[in-house]
This record gives sequence, structure tokens and C-alpha cells, in this order.
Amino acid sequence: MPMIEKVDVTLDELKHLVTNQALEGDTLLLNMGPQHPSTHGVLRLLLELDGEIIINCIPDIGFLHTGIEKNMESKTYAQAEVMTDRLDYLNTMGNNLAYCLAVEKLTELDVPERAQTVRVIFVELQRIASHLVWLGTQALDLAAQSVFLYCFREREYILDIMELCSGQRMMTTYIRPGGLWRDVPVEFEQAVRDFVAYMPKRIQQYEDLLTKNPIFLDRVRGIGKMTKEEAMAWGATGSTARGSGVNYDIRKAIPYSGYEQYDFDVPIQTDGDVYARYLVRIEEMRQSLRIIEQAVNKLPMGPFRSNNRKFVPPPRSELSRSMEAVIHHFKLWTEGYDVPKGSVYQVVESPRGELGVMLESDGGPRPYRVKWRTPSFTHIQLLSWIANGQFVADLVAIIGSIDIVLGDTDR
Amino acid sequence: MENEALKKAVQELEAKFGGEAKEFRGQIQVLLPADQIVAAATALRDRHGFEVMPDITAVDYYPQLTPRFHVVYQFNSISKNIRITLRVPLDGNQPVLPTMTHVFPNANWLERELWDMFGIKSEGHPDLRRILMPFDWEGHPLRKDYPLGYEEVQFTFNYDEIDQRKPRPKE
Repeated sequence: MPMIEKVDVTLDELKHLVTNQALEGDTLLLNMGPQHPSTHGVLRLLLELDGEIIINCIPDIGFLHTGIEKNMESKTYAQAEVMTDRLDYLNTMGNNLAYCLAVEKLTELDVPERAQTVRVIFVELQRIASHLVWLGTQALDLAAQSVFLYCFREREYILDIMELCSGQRMMTTYIRPGGLWRDVPVEFEQAVRDFVAYMPKRIQQYEDLLTKNPIFLDRVRGIGKMTKEEAMAWGATGSTARGSGVNYDIRKAIPYSGYEQYDFDVPIQTDGDVYARYLVRIEEMRQSLRIIEQAVNKLPMGPFRSNNRKFVPPPRSELSRSMEAVIHHFKLWTEGYDVPKGSVYQVVESPRGELGVMLESDGGPRPYRVKWRTPSFTHIQLLSWIANGQFVADLVAIIGSIDIVLGDTDR
Repeated sequence: MENEALKKAVQELEAKFGGEAKEFRGQIQVLLPADQIVAAATALRDRHGFEVMPDITAVDYYPQLTPRFHVVYQFNSISKNIRITLRVPLDGNQPVLPTMTHVFPNANWLERELWDMFGIKSEGHPDLRRILMPFDWEGHPLRKDYPLGYEEVQFTFNYDEIDQRKPRPKE
């Protein structure tokens, strides 16, 4: 019998979050969201305003909570991976990769070189796609509509490459424990090369539109400041922290999937404002292109997934010839595979920051506990103090600059 | 455990705070008693360079009651590039833990999530409310004795019957 605790909550419980002036009516309490175009999803902010200045900003999340962690506990390791796509829907490949690396760490599966390289290409393509959505929406929030249209045009190209390989534009589930779902088609290499060739000019175009545009600069410079110490204390990661001078990138610090073989820079800015984060992400797109170029040039031939039949299903062609293959196929797709007992914490660098998955196994075919440490969850918490003292019109610039995805936050 | 800085941190946790370290797949996990966790985290931050606490979460081992929960803290040192995991066992159905908010401010929301999902209270927390679930929700969803739940399919013949059982918003 589950223990049920009766909780009575009234609005009185929120009183300690606002100042006394708000209760007396001297300041204004304003509700922003959950249906507001500039909150990038279903985020609700309770704002206490003194004129146009924000005194208190109280984020309210959970509108997109879908219980993914609970659901994953009742599915086999293979089934549970499908849910990882739905977490951060702008970084589906990255979520797949984090989950697969965690499973591979627990089961000690080896991944062939070709699969590693294709993974890197896709994760970096996904990073560019995610940054394009960020750039488009950030500019749109600041009333630069044309940038949005250009960004989504280029993003469409990346989604086409994903569809080419996985059959899906967004919910790919392409990276699997032990390798990939299937090998990339022959057209893949040329498509990636074309993209790498034409994208730098496009990034230059966005920069021409924004980087030195005085209207844009007025809206982003000196807004939403965060020092290095604050960023670390509040657990900010990724490009949001790098805009404040935190020199940390998981791809360099704890390389995974062979990132140590690629030559790339980690852009750092020290101003810690919206503009600094903008510059960091623009440069990150260029560095991602560098990685993709090196990866596609070295893309080795060979198997695209591990040959360990206890965890990875046999190829379809073997099913008509080998009894062993049929047994493995049946066992893997019905009851799944047992994963050794233990708990690991695997981190990858998502476009937003540190994406961590804590995977605990009890030795059975289903994960005992999966915890997603998502960057957006930590970053929305920053809003509760970063926005204080700013103009209410600048709040949309700040929300855009910390690059949140609500599916990532609420899980 | 080749890293010198990590070795030092683990030695201090074992000697001063009664920790019990083990290594699994190259990651260090230290089991600590609940009353030592804040002191241990402060020591890690001030003396061993762990500036960031990325995550707090819990694991429910129901029906086992002693300990029923493990609260899992992750620590990251950017300057030394090392990571460590602390695990705190907690007994019983209404577990309490000292809050970490004055050591790492981002613990605020993480501990709210801990309360929301597992019913683990953080003592001294400034603002312990539900965070992901609706504020009038009953129970703590990520506990193992909390059912997964499903929605019944409404057909014409049982439409009204199911409709009556559906949860309604409070007045």
C-alpha cells in the first residue's frame, strides 16, 4: 500500500517568495507564461515588478513533466532508449549518446571505430542544429525576424541528413548501445561534405546581420551578467558558463567517443552577459564544423556495431541461416539483456551544457533507476536571481541566452 | 584511483567523515552517514577544489527499509578535472536530510525535486515545495511503491462510468 501524504497548499505558501510591498499592492505581481512565445515552451514566470524593473522572478516549471524517469524503469534497456529522444527534443542524438554510453559502461561493450566516428558527426550536426534554433529564437525575441527564417532553412538541411540515415527528422533513436541502428547510406558522406562546405558562409551571414548591429548590441550588452564564481556555484555548465569565463568542456575534460582525436578549440568569453553567450555559441558552430570535417575525412570502413550477440541483435540476413541468430534475436527483443549490477554516472556535452545520466542496474533487464541531470533544469534556476534588477523587456533576452528547452527541464 | 587529488579527497572522507569508498567502472563512490554530508561537501568544496555540484538524486530500494533510500550527490572539480559521487543511506518512510543550500545554492531546486519525487525532506531548506508535479499532488511518484498508472480507454458503453472516476481540479 503506497504511503499517501495529504498536502494542503494555498497561495499563502508563496508569500515568502515576494516582498511585503507586493502584498500591500505597492509593487505589481505579473504572471508571464506558461503560454508566452518568449518563454520558449511552457515555462511560467511569476514576476514582481516595480515599474519596469524586476524585483523578484519566480520560475515555475513542471508543465511538460511526462514522467520519463519513472517510465524508463518499467521498460527494457532497448525500449527505454526511445524515451530519451523525448527529453531534449533539440538534442535527440546527444541524449541517445549519453544513454548508450552509460549502458555501454555498465555492460563493458566495445564500440567499433566507424560507429564512434558517425556518432561524433551526428552529435556535432545536432549541436549546430540546436544552436541554429537558439540563434533564430533569440533573434526573434529581439525582433530580428529574418535571422529566424535563415536559421531554420539551414537546420532543415541537418534534419534531412538525419532522415536520410534514421528515417526520422527528430526522434531518431539512431545511436544504439554497441553502435548504431544501421550503417549510414552511401549518400551520407557527400551530404555532410556539402553541408560543411556551405555552412561557414551562412554563419558569416548571421554574424553580418547581428554581431555589429547597433540595435542588437543595445539589447544584449551588459544584460543578464553572471560572474565566473556565480556560474560555478549555481552549477551553470556548457556555453552559458563559458560565456562567464569557465573554461570547461566535457569533450576536452573527459573525452568520450574518441573526441581526443579531433582538433578543436573551446571558445571562452569573460563578460558573462547575453552578448558573451551569443559570441560563444556562434564560435561553437564553427568549431563543430571543424570536428565534422575531420571526422568525415577519417571515417573508417568496418562494422557499424559491436559483434557481441549477448547485447546487440544479429544482422537480419543471418536470421534465415543461423538458429543461434534466431535465438539471440528473439531473446533480445522479448526479454532484453541482463546488465551487471551497479551504478554509473555518464556525462556528455550537450548543446546546452552538462547532460548527465545516472544509470543504476539491479542486475535485471530493466534499469532500476535512471536519473537525467539536464542542463536546462539548472539554468532555469539561474533566472531566479540573474533577472533581478533588470528591465522586464530584457528578460526575454536573458531567457533566450541561457538556451532552455522545457522538455529537458521537466523530463 | 591514480589521481593524487582524488586520492587525498577520498582519504579525508574516509578518515574524518566515516566514509566507505568503492570504485566501479573507474568512478569513485563514497558511502557516507547522513549527518556528515554537509560537512563533507563543505570540505570537498573548500579543500579539494570541487567547485560544482551538478546533481542530487535518490534511489529507492523498497521494500527494503534499512536503508530504504540512497541519496546520490555528484561533485565535479573543474580546476582538477576529477569527479566523485557521495551516497547517503536513509532509513524509513519519512526520511530527513540536512539541506545543502548554503554550501551549493543550486541545491535549492534539486532538493525540491528530491522532496517532490521521493518525499525526502531537507531540513532547513528555505522553500520546500513541489517542483515538477502539481502543488496539490498526492504521493511521491518515483518511489518504488508508487504505481505507474494508466488511463482507461473510454468507449460509448462505459463513457459515463469512467468519466465519473476521472480526477477533477479542486474547487
